[in-house]
Amino acid sequence: MDRSLLEKVGPFSWCIPQTGSMRVPAVIFADGALIDEMDDKVQQQLSNVARLPGIAKAAFAMPDAHWGYGFPIGGVAAFDPKQGGVVSAGGVGFDISCGVRLLTTTLTTLDIAQVNEALAHELSRGIPAGIGSRGRIVLDDDEMTQMLLGGARWAVEQGYGRHADLDRIEERGVMSGAEPNDVSEKARERQRHEMGTLGSGNHYLEVQRVDHIFDADVGRAFDLSMDQVVVMIHCGSRGLGHQVGTEYLREMALAAEECGLSLPDRELACAPIESELGKRYLGVMRAGINCAFANRQILTHLARRVFERFFPNADIDLLYDVSHNTCKEERHEIDGQMRELFVHRKGATRAFGPGSRDLPMDLAGVGQPVLIGGSMGTESYVLVGDKRSEQVALSSACHGAGRSMSRHQAARTWTGGSVKQELAERGIIIKSPSKRGIAEEAPGAYKDVGRIVRVAEDAGLARRVARLKPMICIKG
Amino acid sequence: MPSNLWGAIKHYDADDGSVAVRNVATNSKPWTHFPHQGDVGIRGYGASVSEAFENAARAMTSVVTPIASLSANEACRIRCQAPNLEILFVDWLNAIIYEMATRQMLFRDFHVDIQGGALSAEAYGDRVDVRQHEPAVELKGATMTELKVGRGKDGRWIAQCVVDV
Repeated sequence: MDRSLLEKVGPFSWCIPQTGSMRVPAVIFADGALIDEMDDKVQQQLSNVARLPGIAKAAFAMPDAHWGYGFPIGGVAAFDPKQGGVVSAGGVGFDISCGVRLLTTTLTTLDIAQVNEALAHELSRGIPAGIGSRGRIVLDDDEMTQMLLGGARWAVEQGYGRHADLDRIEERGVMSGAEPNDVSEKARERQRHEMGTLGSGNHYLEVQRVDHIFDADVGRAFDLSMDQVVVMIHCGSRGLGHQVGTEYLREMALAAEECGLSLPDRELACAPIESELGKRYLGVMRAGINCAFANRQILTHLARRVFERFFPNADIDLLYDVSHNTCKEERHEIDGQMRELFVHRKGATRAFGPGSRDLPMDLAGVGQPVLIGGSMGTESYVLVGDKRSEQVALSSACHGAGRSMSRHQAARTWTGGSVKQELAERGIIIKSPSKRGIAEEAPGAYKDVGRIVRVAEDAGLARRVARLKPMICIKG
Repeated sequence: MPSNLWGAIKHYDADDGSVAVRNVATNSKPWTHFPHQGDVGIRGYGASVSEAFENAARAMTSVVTPIASLSANEACRIRCQAPNLEILFVDWLNAIIYEMATRQMLFRDFHVDIQGGALSAEAYGDRVDVRQHEPAVELKGATMTELKVGRGKDGRWIAQCVVDV
């Protein structure tokens, strides 16, 4: 990114000053190297977001920001309905409530070493992944409606997981305000065979080990210890979310003029929160969040079932489940005034610090687990919400590594076989039906996630708790 | 071509600096991919807008699997309607993505007819066979990013956008 467009306003924050039709400034959290690496499109897209009606405080870009659709990936923006604020289908994205959850286990790397090949094989059989796979749960219309209303709670009531899991999911596993009846037939049809499926691309289920603890006290509170085995699941609302995103991007883009919105980019497709379209989207998008909650809950159940066959006495608990493609109604203090805002996080994670009323009781004094998925073969991180983040970026943090290389270039740079072999030499087993898919997801195609989380910590977004290294990766 | 659609036609300089277009300038490929940091840009060319749409659809399939790995054992009808060509193009791609997802198919051949803002088409392809096709990635949706439908400098039609994978 061209530094001349920015003002450095802190050691790890850069400002795009409010000019022209921008209603607020834009802020990017990064060090010099990340800024230099960042696409100029991030600056353009973030400036465009700052032009949208009702935006509060600033448009933010996290350290892992890259070129997205309308909003940059890694973008955070909050809108005030009392000031004509908007909700944007583009600001949520196609994969509504895509997110990460982390399961802790009572196992160590020694336990896994004895069965790693067999465990990887059974996980690849037990977790439907990629195109051509279908979930074993097929919902009729009434069941689909109940799932879209009940989210992870619905899944637990159907026998997928435990009630204790719900406390460790944002919104306690159920997004209120969902309107399943407004979800189109097409979106329902697209989901019918996709409950409990992982998807493909950068989605995965990974068996990992705790490789480093940065904060022993918080590590204990999160039940994390050195050499412990954990399981990370990264996926979203599957076909239903993709179809909802498709339909509302189109409808909002076409309706913008009628709503009196002059969009600097069609992909910023949005509608006033108080409009019929805005309210309808929010109801459907919330149903999509419940779909993602239910999907990750079913996948958790499937993973536990495989582990139980190998380790019948192991405990597998949910540490936390975060979504990083959402719009949520939240209260934030801006210039000394509490305001009800609709906060879009597109490729960004909510990161509540200690004391937040949205945290489960046993984490209230510690802060929210913030889960950062790495790329296949590189480390992932557990962070904890930092109180400073509320002032810095409306309690938000990064979500992953972010690509540094296009899929096209990655597939021309590596072969699936060579990536698989190289990872095998490092003790990492990859299970995927597609060699090209593995090449496109090669670790070298992503930014250095370690640098991203270091900057997130230094910028006051969230603090590092533990580093996780992959052992087995199941990809679509 | 109805007048309301002609009104929406734009003219583009196809030499936008992407790798894909530079290739096309020399060898006239019917479709290409162009880079996007997170996802994939697809671009189809044609003597008519219908042909450009058909070739863009092939470009989209090839994001998932090589076209050569497919035969054309099953057919599927697709209909869509839109207020302008660019939205029609996105609708066309999203209709294919929907059929791919719900029928579990991959398409290799397309016959597109555009009349009065309405598109009718037939798509031909195979049921997904994971071993044979090794699908690299799942398509989530066609976006309006880098969305363009119009004529290039050489008079050929171009239809392009980024698809989310």
